[in-house]
This record gives sequence, C-alpha cells and structure tokens, in this order.
Amino acid sequence: MAFGIFRTLSLMIVLVLFSILGFIIYKGAGVINWDFLTKAPSDGMTSGGIFPAIVGTLLLMLGSAVVAFPIGIMSGIYMSEYASKTGWAVKFIRLMTNNLSGVPSIVFGLFGMALFVKYLGFGDSILAGSFTLGLLSLPLVIRTTEEALKDIPDGIREGSLALGATKLQTIWKVILPMGMPRIITGLILSLGRVSGETAPILFTCAAYFFPQLPASVFDQCMALPYHLYVISTSGTDIEAQQPIAYGTALVLIVIVLVINLMAGGLRKHFEKRLKIK
Amino acid sequence: MEKIEARDVNFYYGDFHALKGISLDVPRNKVVAFIGPSGCGKSTFLRLFNRMNDLVPGSRLEGDIRIDGKDIYAPGVDVDELRKNVGMVFQRPNPFPKSIFDNIAYGLKVNGVKDKKFIRERVEESLRGAALWDEVKDKLNASAYALSGGQQQRLCIARAMAVSPSVLLMDEPASALDPISTAKVEELICELRKEVTVVIVTHNMQQAARVSDKTAFFYMGEMIEYDDTKTIFTNPHKEATQNYITGRFG
Amino acid sequence: MRRFLEKIVKWLLTGSGFVTSLVILLIIGFLFTEGAGLFRERIIEEGYVLALNKDNPVKEMTAAEIKAVFDEDIVNWKELGGSDMAIETFRLEDAEKYFSEEQLGEHYENAGGLISGLVASNPGMVAFIPETMAVEGTELNFIKDKTISPKEVFLGNEWFPTATPAPLFGMWPLLAGTLWVSLFAILFALPFGISIAVYMAEVASPRVRNFLKPVIELLNGIPSVVYGFFGLIIIVPILQQVFGLPVGESGLAGSIVLAIMALPTIVTVAEDAMRNCPRSLREASLALGATRWQTIYRVVIPSSMSGIASGVVLGIGRAVGETMAVLMVTGNAAVVPASILEPLRTIPATIAAELGEAPAGGAHYQSLFLLGVILFFITFFINLCVEFISSRNKAKSN
Repeated sequence: MAFGIFRTLSLMIVLVLFSILGFIIYKGAGVINWDFLTKAPSDGMTSGGIFPAIVGTLLLMLGSAVVAFPIGIMSGIYMSEYASKTGWAVKFIRLMTNNLSGVPSIVFGLFGMALFVKYLGFGDSILAGSFTLGLLSLPLVIRTTEEALKDIPDGIREGSLALGATKLQTIWKVILPMGMPRIITGLILSLGRVSGETAPILFTCAAYFFPQLPASVFDQCMALPYHLYVISTSGTDIEAQQPIAYGTALVLIVIVLVINLMAGGLRKHFEKRLKIK
Repeated sequence: MEKIEARDVNFYYGDFHALKGISLDVPRNKVVAFIGPSGCGKSTFLRLFNRMNDLVPGSRLEGDIRIDGKDIYAPGVDVDELRKNVGMVFQRPNPFPKSIFDNIAYGLKVNGVKDKKFIRERVEESLRGAALWDEVKDKLNASAYALSGGQQQRLCIARAMAVSPSVLLMDEPASALDPISTAKVEELICELRKEVTVVIVTHNMQQAARVSDKTAFFYMGEMIEYDDTKTIFTNPHKEATQNYITGRFG
Repeated sequence: MRRFLEKIVKWLLTGSGFVTSLVILLIIGFLFTEGAGLFRERIIEEGYVLALNKDNPVKEMTAAEIKAVFDEDIVNWKELGGSDMAIETFRLEDAEKYFSEEQLGEHYENAGGLISGLVASNPGMVAFIPETMAVEGTELNFIKDKTISPKEVFLGNEWFPTATPAPLFGMWPLLAGTLWVSLFAILFALPFGISIAVYMAEVASPRVRNFLKPVIELLNGIPSVVYGFFGLIIIVPILQQVFGLPVGESGLAGSIVLAIMALPTIVTVAEDAMRNCPRSLREASLALGATRWQTIYRVVIPSSMSGIASGVVLGIGRAVGETMAVLMVTGNAAVVPASILEPLRTIPATIAAELGEAPAGGAHYQSLFLLGVILFFITFFINLCVEFISSRNKAKSN
C-alpha cells in the first residue's frame, strides 16, 4: 500500500518533467525553422529569429569556461594532490567552496556589477558576464576535479614516484589523464548550468535588443535565457511574441538536454573503460 | 662496502615508534627477505630505502641509511634520482592506464630519455627480463589492464627494471597472485639477482626460503634476527624466530 | 631548473586553491561597501530640503511621516506633535499654481525668494524644494535631515524606494515574502521529495532507478527562466481559475514553481543518505521479523535523518536564492502578504527587477546591495547549517 503511494508520487515527478518538456516541445517545434535559428529579431522583436541570442549564449559559455576551467582544475588538483588531507587548509577551502556554490545567482549578479562592470570598468560587456558566470561555475569545477582525482588509488601515484618521476610529472602524465573523463563530465555540466543562468548577466552583460553580433568582448550581447525572460514578461505584443518565447524555450531546453545526455553518455563510456580493481 | 647499510634506524609515525634501533647490511647482488607478522614494521623499513615514507605526514626518521656508501637522507639528495636507482614493486599490481609499451617507457621518459630507438630496445629487454615478452610482443599497444593479475605484476617488475636500477625493493609482490603466477614471479626474482640487489618483504615463509640468500625476522618494530636464509629456517638462534617459522604465532 | 619549476607550479596551485575564499571575501567586501552606504544617505532626497514656517513647532519627521504627509495620509500637524493646523504641501511643480511665469522668471531665478515668502506667510505649509532656493534663518525652518537608520530599514513595513521627497526602504515585506514563498515551497516539496527518495533508495528496481535518476538530474538542469515561463503560461492561469483570483501571479504560484525546483536537491541528497545506511542495520531489522515498510520507517529513515535534513536545508537555500522563476510568477507586490494567494515579492526578485532602474550610487542602488548582503548571509547561514549537520554526522559514524 504505502509503496503504491511512493510509486505514484515518483511517477508524478516524471509526469511533471515530461509535461514541461512535452509542452514546450509541442508548442515550440512549430516555430523552429532555419530562419528562426539564423536570423536576428525584427519588427520590435515580434518576428524574426533568435540568432544573436544563440551566439551570445555560446560566447558566454566559452568565456566562462576560459575563466573557470583553468583556475578550477588547478584548485581541484591542489585540494586532491597537494593540500594535507587533515590540515586546516583543505577544510577551510572546502567550506568556502561549498559556501560559494550556495551563493544565489542574483548575488553573483550584484557582485559582478560592482566589481567587473563598475570597479574594473569593463562596462556591460561579454567580458564582465563571462567573469561573473565563470566565478559562479567555479565551485562545481573544483569539486568534480577534486573528486575525480581523489578516487584514483594511491598505488598508482606510488608506482610513478618509485620510478623516479617527480610529483608534477606524476600528476601531469598519470593522474590527470586518468581523472580527465570525470573532470570533463563535470566541465560539461558546468557549461550546462552557465547556459541557463539569467540573474548573473542581468546587469553585467545581457542586452534587451542587440541584433548585430558582438564585435569584441567589450560589447553587450543577447542571451537565450534573458531573451525568454524579456519576451515572456515585458513583451509589447503578446500574440505575436508568444510563439517566439516557446521557440526560445525549446532551443534552451535542447541545449540543456544535449549537454546532460553528453555528460551522461561520456560518464558511462569511461566508467566501462576504466574499471580497475 | 655493502650495497645498503642501515645503522640505528628509528622511525616514528607521529607518536608511534614503528622501528626500534635497527641496523642491517644488504650485500650486493643478493636477495634479502624481510619476514614477520603483519604490522611488525618490515614494509615500513623497506620503504625507507627509496624514501617512500617521505609522503607520510608526521613521520620522523633517526639514524643512518646508506646506499653505495652515500647517506640517502643527507640534505641535497635528489629524491627522484634516488628512486630511479632504487626501484620498487608493490603489493598490488599498479600498472598505469596506458598501453603495455607506454607503461615500460614511462620511467625512461620521465627521466628525460628522448631517443626512441633506445626506448624500444629497452622495453623489449625489460619485458624479456621479466619473462613477459613472448606473451605480449604482439599486443604492445594494448591496454595494460587487459593483462591478467600475474602478468600485470611482471609488467610492473619490467617497468621498474627498465630504468636500470641497482636495487629493487619488493613489497609482498606475490600476495595478490595465484600460485602459478607466484611461481613465475619467484623464478624471476632469482634471475634478477644477477643484475640488481633485491630486498623483498613477504609474509610467506616458504617464499622467503625459496628465493632469498639472507633473511631478517622482524617483530613489533624490532629486528629479532638476521642471518643466512638456511640458518634462519633450520637453526634459528632466537626463540621468537623459532616460534614464528614453526607457525606458533603470527 | 626542474625543481624550480615544481616549486612554481606548487605555488600556483596553492594560490588557485584559495581563489574561492578570495571570491567570497570580495563578494562580502563589495556588497558591504555599497550596502552600508545606505546608512550614510539622508532621508530626504539629496540636494533638497523640506522648508517649514518659522512658527511651526515641528522640527523633525521620520521618512514614513514625510511620505504620509505628501501622500496626504496625514493632514494635520497635530498628528506630528505640532499645533492643530492643516498641512499644506508644496512641491516645486506646484510653483506655477501660485505664481505666473513672469514672476518666476525664465529660469526660475526668482522662484527661491517667492517660495520662501510663500512658506513664511503660510504657517501650515511644508515645501519640498532644492536647497539652493531657500535659506534657513529668520523666516524658514528646515526639517532636520537625519541619516537613514537601520531600524527603519530592517523593521520598516514599507518598501517605496522611489518615493519623493523621502524614499522608504523598509525591507520587512521583502523578507517576509521570501520566507513565505520558501516555506510553502518546502512544505510542498518535502512529502514528495522524501517519498521519491525512499522509493528510489529502497523500493524501486535498479531499472526503474536508472530511469528516475536522469529524470531528476534533468529537472535540476532546466534553467530557472524556463520554469518561470512554464509557471507563467500554465500554473498562473490554473491558479487564477481554481481560486477565482483577480490575478494568478501569487505567492502560491511561486511556491509551486520553487517546490518543483527544490525537489531534485532534496531527492538527491536524501536518497544518497538512505543508500549509505549500512546494510547490516537493514538486515538486522528484517531478520527480527520487521516488514520492509517497518524497516524503512523505523530504521532507515531515522539513521539517515541528518542526510535528509541537509537535503531539506539545501532545498531551502535554493528556494531562498532563486530569482528568475519567482520574479516571473509572484506578481511582485512589495507588501507584507496577508495570504499566500496574494501577489508578493521576494528579495532576489526585488534586486533583479529594480537594479536596472536604480541610479548607480544612489540610496535605492545601495539599498539593493544591502538586500544582497542580507540574502548572502541567509544562504551563508544555511550552508553553515548543512556543514554542521554533515560534520556531526561524520563524527557520529566514526
């Protein structure tokens, strides 16, 4: 009996997911065509496509990756390979990293505005947006890197050191390649998160309407999630704009879906290949 | 001058006194076995010879360990150089997730060897030396993980030998293997004596009796007795040794 | 050379290890400097004064009183501790009601004198004018302009950041809105979350579990704007119909959307905790003749309580900080909500909605940063709770 209820509740959550996905796919699929994906919005954003928003989102993903990946991976390596496992540094850094991952995205937005846009003078720009989103995804990158490396048995490290390899050589030639599949999975997931964030770019980068493509990192850009927000809440012509909103939501969902599937597939693939023990 | 000379070695993990005043000489090109019950300090002692214990936080060493007359704990000693000269084989086979060829070549590459031809020759030589060549010569590019446990362990021995060490440390190298693989590894150890000095830790007394020239018996962090293997197993001087090898404890 | 390189890399890695700490520090630093600036701002808009007739005994007014006076909610000086006398308000744009354009001059150059005269001859008048237009002295008194006090901000009941002459920054309605929405979201999500976690950890076959796991992960990955959009298009109209509301955008709509969004966090953490419950405990219970349900209810859930608790707390953290979805469906009315069916406004939604329009460096701008500080500390506190729960749990299992 009780299990029946549990099963029903679990089924309901599946239902919720599929109703969200199904609804958006059903309503959005008709809107998607080549022009929608490759043209800029026109007629006061009541027709045309979402090309600049797609490009903007991809640029922001790339920018945040450039900011977060090197520092995040290095930080993860430090946590797993250099910091003493019982020392205060690890505990402190982990506490701070966890806290940073709990900071609401709108606070990142405020912070990005104060530091990058105003204090460092980047202005509303892709640069400021990338830095803000990069910092936001940092904890995820650090954590996955650390966990990926920690799960590598110590025997492998000792084996390499015993051959006269230095610590750096051991990390570079053995440990990192072994941890790479899981690190990459984490990196992909962090890109997925970045692609859907709106609040951090609200005041650091996102443009309401910027039909030409950005020419430099100091330009503003459009972005899919912000575009969806704008079109569905402050539109001027709801009749004409709703289909665009569905189409935008669908493209956004497809990006997230593809990223999740990629990460999941990659994880499975490498888990099979890397069965040691 | 003996190959390895240890004098009054005391070793601590934090407050724990793991090794108590041990002095022992390992002669050149011989096989020396350390035996004793679990936790007696034999592995700890072995790992001092290539400074593997440096990695343990809060550990401390007193006393003197010399290889070829040089104090390996003197300031300014290059630990990586030392480890190149003093190879090690571990309890569990620990090949890298690379091809068989790259596993053997790894030690050469990290030590700065660039000559491809030399590396190829050295890989073959080492695999032959480890009696593995015939089994793997057709699949050098296959993953080392495709090998059986016994083959993996011989691969690890070949990997250690590829950098031409003068000492090879073996920490219970056959404990994770089946009897047939164990026999092959033991055979190999007897062969190795021609090229290197071997120190092997084992809890298998028959193994010590089969492969070693000299045997040291450790108990509770102390070295109870050290003598020719024959003497230890037929006519030990200490009662504790006698009890251990006749299976009365441990 | 090689050793030198190793040293450099080590320092580099150590440095990057502390980057997150640095970011936290910077966040605190920047938010604080901007936010704390609010308490250095004056109640009355910068560059302006409130001028009174010299004979008026009232010398001080709070921001709320000023607003009430200019909204004509307070119409007699008696209510402010003055004499029984009607209040007449004067804003600069009223000048043309009293004077002709020629009198004021082309560039209002005569306005100062005229208005001063006007106030001096009207004992009940209060004038909101640029400070350059009036001189405090024999004829006029200025309302004493104080700095904005923390009490008005944190306990104030009214959020009117753009009101003139005195904006009100009472944050209580926003805080209450945030807590209401999050509380209801958790109330909705909790039974679902725990049941699903139990189902996945204890009941479901591996196949079903392997199907549910990615579903939950995907729910976690859907961007919050998409949730907001879905809520706006589907949930809001439904609520409007079902409850017969004038507007469907309400606290309830926000709670439902947030509940769906917090669900994956709760399920994942709680399920992990239950799966980590030692097998031996479970088998011991079953061996004593307990049914599977009894085992779950009396052994598995109590022993994984701290994990479940962290999941719930993390879920609250997610709900409190969520911005876009809430902004889109809650209707954004900055009043203390009387019921969950009314529109309300949360802290994150306020920042998102207003920062774009607040002039940089002004009191409004600073008040939004102060909201950011509050939000930061709420989530910081929540995270510390999670750390505490899980560290206590670790200590227990050792």
